[in-house]
Amino acid sequence: MSAFGQVVRNEARLVRRQPTNMIGSIGLPVVLMIIFGELPSFRQHISVLGGLPLFDTYVPIIMVLGLTMLTLLGLPSPLVSYRELGILRRLSTTPVPPSWLLAAQVVVQLCIALAGLAIVNIASVAAFGAPVPKSPGGLALSCLLAIGGLFALGLLIAALAPTANSVNAIGRLTLIPLLFFAGLWLPRPLMPAVLLDISNYTPLGAAVEAIQGSVQTGFPPATPLLVLAGYTLVFAYLARRFFRWE
Amino acid sequence: MATLESPAAVALMEAPAAAGHRPAVEVAHLRKTYGTLVAVDDVSFTVAEGEIFGILGPNGAGKTTAIECAIGLRRPDAGTIRLLGLDPHADPHQVHEIVGVQLQSGALPAKLRVGEILEEYRSFYRDPADVDELLDVLGLAAKRGDYYRSLSGGQRQRLSIALALIGRPRIAVLDEMTTGLDPQARRDTWELIEQIRDRGVTIVLVTHFMEEAERLCDRVALIDHGRVVALDTPARLATQARGGKTVRFLPSAPFEDRLLTGLPEVSWVEREGQHVVVTGTGELVNAVILALHTAGVTARDVQLDSSNLEDAFVKLTGKNLHTEGVLA
Repeated sequence: MSAFGQVVRNEARLVRRQPTNMIGSIGLPVVLMIIFGELPSFRQHISVLGGLPLFDTYVPIIMVLGLTMLTLLGLPSPLVSYRELGILRRLSTTPVPPSWLLAAQVVVQLCIALAGLAIVNIASVAAFGAPVPKSPGGLALSCLLAIGGLFALGLLIAALAPTANSVNAIGRLTLIPLLFFAGLWLPRPLMPAVLLDISNYTPLGAAVEAIQGSVQTGFPPATPLLVLAGYTLVFAYLARRFFRWE
Repeated sequence: MATLESPAAVALMEAPAAAGHRPAVEVAHLRKTYGTLVAVDDVSFTVAEGEIFGILGPNGAGKTTAIECAIGLRRPDAGTIRLLGLDPHADPHQVHEIVGVQLQSGALPAKLRVGEILEEYRSFYRDPADVDELLDVLGLAAKRGDYYRSLSGGQRQRLSIALALIGRPRIAVLDEMTTGLDPQARRDTWELIEQIRDRGVTIVLVTHFMEEAERLCDRVALIDHGRVVALDTPARLATQARGGKTVRFLPSAPFEDRLLTGLPEVSWVEREGQHVVVTGTGELVNAVILALHTAGVTARDVQLDSSNLEDAFVKLTGKNLHTEGVLA
């Protein structure tokens, strides 16, 4: 097996052996989906939500919730602890650069992210009667851009967090406003205009808008896609700028 | 007491003739500062191929920084570095292929198994060692399937050494490799290092453990305040430090100092009460006893004291190395 393959394999083993983050990013969304799916009140069509059942409104929110848990906690934690433990430094003395470890983490976490998004999406349609996405291509693009923006944010946290413990603190603090604007506590259609305007320009608000559009109406509008692409570029640039290898 | 030769007079670049033909490591006028802090002031040394070379000094002397510059982890402010002719800052990839490094205090992921870690690092090199053989040599064969977190301190240290050797390096740089090991594990590690050297690997040891340097090293550089204060074989450094060996005895009858000061082996003679203390080199005891015998004097209560590397260190740096757990 190639050297990069070996690195990915060990990173995958570590994720499997410390499944906390998988539980947060796949388990939690699945459990929420089942609970929401079983609540009769979530199945009624509600006029203020554009005639959608509350459940359908929550599917994109649950999708981005899992993704956010993964990228704000699951992605940066191992990278920061590798820096803390001197593993990145040790790698710099071998023919393999420490950036491979970062790349391997991204590969492994990307697989988990895609699995989480696919499970929630497919199960919501198959088991709970959510509509089949109108634009599967738009949905895929929205998900990829959401992954891009959030992974870049996760790497920025990995760049800035001094210790593995601080990743948790920073991650949780970032998580709450992001999820608020995703509509976790107050779905976007119920937000006052000013909150909705802010939400449109936050990573998760844009992600929910793009995913919801792809599912309900068709290919999503340009604005949320551009917002997500913009966050991807800015966070990735900053992460690269500030990342320390030791 | 004889005065020491000044550090400048110590033949810095001289490598033992018995060792390899070309230098494995050449470091010349290395300097590294952090702001106003001078970590490495001016360090030069050459290590011959197949040599075990020690870098000895108190904490904060600049040993680790010098080594980190030498292996390409840090960019020095000035100086040249060649590892088997390669510049680690110009050719990092090639240098990493031939230089195995064990850094101080490096951990590994808790939930990877010993074998998995070694297989991963093995894949980084073009011509790596065999994992099973290496585990055998390091006494870790039974631990192959164990998680890193379940290893003892000594086992972790040996795994770290294994990772430095998995690429079959031509040069192995080991920073404080036996710190935290129990005496038996320490002796085992020393034997291992000698075996590795016997396979032709050049070894650079950073240590503040005297016994280790005396036992293992062909030559030692003493570093203090970012400078090489002495560089020689452990035995010669020890001899320089006290001007050699000391014999202390109680003479059976009075005699003139001249009886002994004329001998080529004797450097000087001192009186301590009834006792005589003779300092010198070579076959000092024989020479002294013989000279006394011809004058009809017998020496009683003879004590021979040869200085060691520790004395050299204290003498050269004014510091005692026994600071942090060295004797533990």
